[in-house]
Amino acid sequence: MHIPDGYLSPSTCATLYAFSMSGWYLALRRVKRALATRTIPLISVFAAFSFVIMMFNIPLPGGTTGHALGVTIAAIVLGPWGSILAVSVALAIQALFFGDGGITTLGANCFNMAIVGSLVAYGVYRALSSRSEVTARRRVVAAGVAGYISINIAAFLTALEFGIQPMLFHDTGGTPLYAPYPLHVAIPAMMIGHLTFAGLAEALIAAGMVSYLQRADVGLLRGAQDFLSTSTPLVSADVRSSSPTQLWWIVGCLMVCTPAGILAAGAAWGEWSSADMANPHTRAYIEAVSGNHKVTQSVPAGLQKWSTVWTAPFPAYAPRFIKSPAFGYLLSAIFGVGLLVLAAALAARITRRAREPESQS
Amino acid sequence: MSQSSFIEATLRSFARAFAKALVSERAGSQTGLLQWFDPRVRVIGVSVLVVSGIVCQRLAVVAAVFGLAIAIASGSRLSLSTLATRVWLVVLGFTGVIAVPAIFLTPGRPLLTVPGVFSISEPGLKTATLLVLRSETAATLTATLVLCTPWMHVLKALRSLRLPAEIVTMLAMTHRYIFLLIETANQMFESRQSRAVGTLTGPEKRRMTARTAGVLLSKSVELSHEVYLAMLSRGFDGEVRLLCDFRLKAHDYIGLFGFLSAGAFTVWVGR
Repeated sequence: MHIPDGYLSPSTCATLYAFSMSGWYLALRRVKRALATRTIPLISVFAAFSFVIMMFNIPLPGGTTGHALGVTIAAIVLGPWGSILAVSVALAIQALFFGDGGITTLGANCFNMAIVGSLVAYGVYRALSSRSEVTARRRVVAAGVAGYISINIAAFLTALEFGIQPMLFHDTGGTPLYAPYPLHVAIPAMMIGHLTFAGLAEALIAAGMVSYLQRADVGLLRGAQDFLSTSTPLVSADVRSSSPTQLWWIVGCLMVCTPAGILAAGAAWGEWSSADMANPHTRAYIEAVSGNHKVTQSVPAGLQKWSTVWTAPFPAYAPRFIKSPAFGYLLSAIFGVGLLVLAAALAARITRRAREPESQS
Repeated sequence: MSQSSFIEATLRSFARAFAKALVSERAGSQTGLLQWFDPRVRVIGVSVLVVSGIVCQRLAVVAAVFGLAIAIASGSRLSLSTLATRVWLVVLGFTGVIAVPAIFLTPGRPLLTVPGVFSISEPGLKTATLLVLRSETAATLTATLVLCTPWMHVLKALRSLRLPAEIVTMLAMTHRYIFLLIETANQMFESRQSRAVGTLTGPEKRRMTARTAGVLLSKSVELSHEVYLAMLSRGFDGEVRLLCDFRLKAHDYIGLFGFLSAGAFTVWVGR
């Protein structure tokens, strides 16, 4: 699952680096606040532990062996945020020092395995173990299921990243420039190995370790509840109050920059309207960017039917009553941000009301 | 699978990690082309060449970057046999599994057809070669950087390039404790193997592996407490301060200009 350099296009790598950086930033802030000065030694030693666990050969049913990632046990003991950092550091050392996984694809590898893997593993473990005793057998099963699901979701994301490459990045002759297999090949090829060996290895090591810790060192299984409880909201009160002005400045700058979007020529791949499909010039462009697959001259019936079901108030970020495209973009950005702020305020109000009876009781 | 084979396979993994670290320490202390430059120039230069090789879309240009990577490695006193065994064969093994089927599966003008058996297409051959060459180029450059630069210098260079101090410290400490934990796990497996009588069943093997991993986890957490106390006793207050005494000289600026020019030229020619 460690993607080497050269398999993903530079734009895919940059996008996934951006996603990962957001995850690292959030994780670092939350872990530093929870652990204060203990963050660095704890995460460092745990990253070393994750690295060593990845080298274990785990005996599987049938006589073969497999390697686990160790992301599930890291998420259970450290919590999702600590796990994101520890597994990311382990992956960075693997890429830089041991050549396992690429430098340009480090963002993608961390996103798939460290970020999504940790969040899914922790979420599934918490959901399945519910409020059971920390020594309950249910937690062993929950850890195994969490390991199996998290590895397979990470593998599925990797397959998606591989599978979109030939669709989006090919030369004029249609030759893929990066990973060559489309989704219908990449997904089964990646998932068969993970649904069988890799998923099983992660499930066995996670369940086995939780079972061992229940008998030998139960305090470690309580650790996550002590210092990184997910019962607190993703962005806690002190983060929200620490730099709201800075956040609003960033949002404001981003909104001012939105007219830059009109510099991009043509529609995004796959976002063509029925009018685009009916236009011979646009149809020729669509064929050129789709590996020269022929597009039918008539607009597909389903597209024609469903495209009229909903008409957006600001189609293509250009309200009809605004003549300047740049101003239309800016207005759309303000409107969109306003709607999101309203939705967030409403969600916060509902959550606060739901919590009040709990805290009173 | 015999009882000892999975333990031996794990022990071999640990030994390989030690061997890699040893080669790196030796090469880092030698003098050569890349070692001549400031670590920051090395990190920026190699990163620029890796990215330009990936952006590049022409096979001949990617091949030229690969040639340049081999020339840099040779100039830095890295033996080609080390690169072949540590980098090229490993990358070829992994990439080949993915690249070779593309030769037959990618649709396009056929180059060679054996009726009813297989057909090699021109786009398939180009895609597979491009994939392997790009991966080999990036891996050769990264390995050359890491083998020719002590790990602490790589980290200090990353810090001077504005990577957060906490992340740099975590990378440094993780690298340090990986070898300690590998040594600990190694001893645990060896002592278990030396006491093994008879054969274990599959479930027993799995329980043994999980127990070993569990003990290692407990030891890791204990170790983190000890490291933390040691840091406190030395006056650690949560703020990370790293010394960075690198000084750029005239030849470093020339080297940086050379790397940036090579990267820009590659991207321009390889469009």
